[in-house]
Amino acid sequence: MNRESNAFIIFFSTVMVVVVGISLALIAQVTKPNFIKNQRLEKMQNILSSVNIQVSPSEAETAYKKYITGSVVYKMDGTLVEGVDAFEQVDLAKELKKTEDQQYFPLYECVKEDGKYFIIPMRGKGLWDAIWGYVAIKDDAVTIAGAVFDHKGETPGLGAEIAKAPFQEQFPNKKIVDASGTFTGIEVAKAGKHPAGYDHGVDGISGGTITSNGVNDMLMKYLKSFRNYIEKNNVLQPVTQEPKVEELSDDILSSDSTTVIAE
Amino acid sequence: MSIENTTATLAKKEKEALFSAKRRKLITDPLNDNNPVTVQVLGICSALAITVQVKPSLFMFGGVLFVVTMGNVIVSLIRNLIPSRVRIIAQLVIVASLVIIVDLLLKAYAYDMSKQLSVFVGLIITNCIVMGRLEAFAMGNKWWPSLLDGVGNALGYGLILVLVASVREIFGSGTWLGFQVIPQPVYDLGYVNNGLMILPPMALIVVGLIIWIQRAKNTKLIEAN
Repeated sequence: MNRESNAFIIFFSTVMVVVVGISLALIAQVTKPNFIKNQRLEKMQNILSSVNIQVSPSEAETAYKKYITGSVVYKMDGTLVEGVDAFEQVDLAKELKKTEDQQYFPLYECVKEDGKYFIIPMRGKGLWDAIWGYVAIKDDAVTIAGAVFDHKGETPGLGAEIAKAPFQEQFPNKKIVDASGTFTGIEVAKAGKHPAGYDHGVDGISGGTITSNGVNDMLMKYLKSFRNYIEKNNVLQPVTQEPKVEELSDDILSSDSTTVIAE
Repeated sequence: MSIENTTATLAKKEKEALFSAKRRKLITDPLNDNNPVTVQVLGICSALAITVQVKPSLFMFGGVLFVVTMGNVIVSLIRNLIPSRVRIIAQLVIVASLVIIVDLLLKAYAYDMSKQLSVFVGLIITNCIVMGRLEAFAMGNKWWPSLLDGVGNALGYGLILVLVASVREIFGSGTWLGFQVIPQPVYDLGYVNNGLMILPPMALIVVGLIIWIQRAKNTKLIEAN
């Protein structure tokens, strides 16, 4: 057969594409379980790092099971979503494509030696690409215990500083609600805007204004939905003899969690 | 392009030793006289991007080694079947699938590295060294010389990558392959890591310095005007 004929070229191309397609599909199938496992472990590591538990990927699963005692999923206005698992079924990147009132907000509950924490995963937009983070709130649902942020492609030295300690160290002990009980969130603003010791804001990154604003918007949105959830479901109400409250606390149990969030 | 001329005759000779002098040259030439990065100035893009630390450079070298060697061997084996009108497309398909394999393997078995190298794994496809070797060498040579040529060029690329990364990591972060090499007392005396080393322009400058040193030392590379 003439190697330069059109028929041979079409035959050659077809065979080549089929062979390549089949082999790639096979390799993808073989490596897929490991890849998914790696992603799960990374997510667990990230969740744990917000409450200052640093683990290696190999320990992540055990540590996660030990410390993370429950999870819930709610909407922006705080309404609980039943039957959706926060860890397995909520992908924030996909949620962001929905309209805000359709989005799911996951929340994890962590019990450590020194107390109980809520962990709020969040995701937003930086200057170049996605930014995300995990904010841990103490069991009063007001005081921040810790925060970690990361990004896909912010400018090194500028926006990318949100992933570094000097920025994140500002968060512990800030409060997302003021003394009168009004939601304030955490404002990320230009250094010097807030008076020293201000409880509801942190300094942004000089030269990384758009990234800082992205963190600000992300914090406001997810912290607000968290407060909505807390208030709407009376999560902090102690479980008393009143039947009404008891019912509520049952309601907020997510399908798979083993611990009652309201205590 | 002395390498093509010398090796064109190679294929004709039967029963040549597995590692004859000419074949050894296929591996050693790209390390110095015909280095793909510093002499042919190919593959610069990735050399700039992933040389902040030594470890990702080593993984990148591994990826390129796999892709260029396997690509060379596969293309060489089917070179008489590839219709010349679609040969570039055929090479591209082969390179692209090899790169996808590297990407999948990294994601499954070296997840951290795959995140650090991110898009640059995929960009091996556009690394001119790979396509250059397939087109210039593997299309006209048997599989064994092609394999040697692939290994040689990957080594030449990896050598420069690791050199650049060493300079940048030692001066930029004070470490080498993650180990602290600049002792704490030096920092106590007021030494600080050079932040400029971490930025891409420094990679270009370091590559430039390497080319300068290489050309000063290697008289074959000095062009007569």
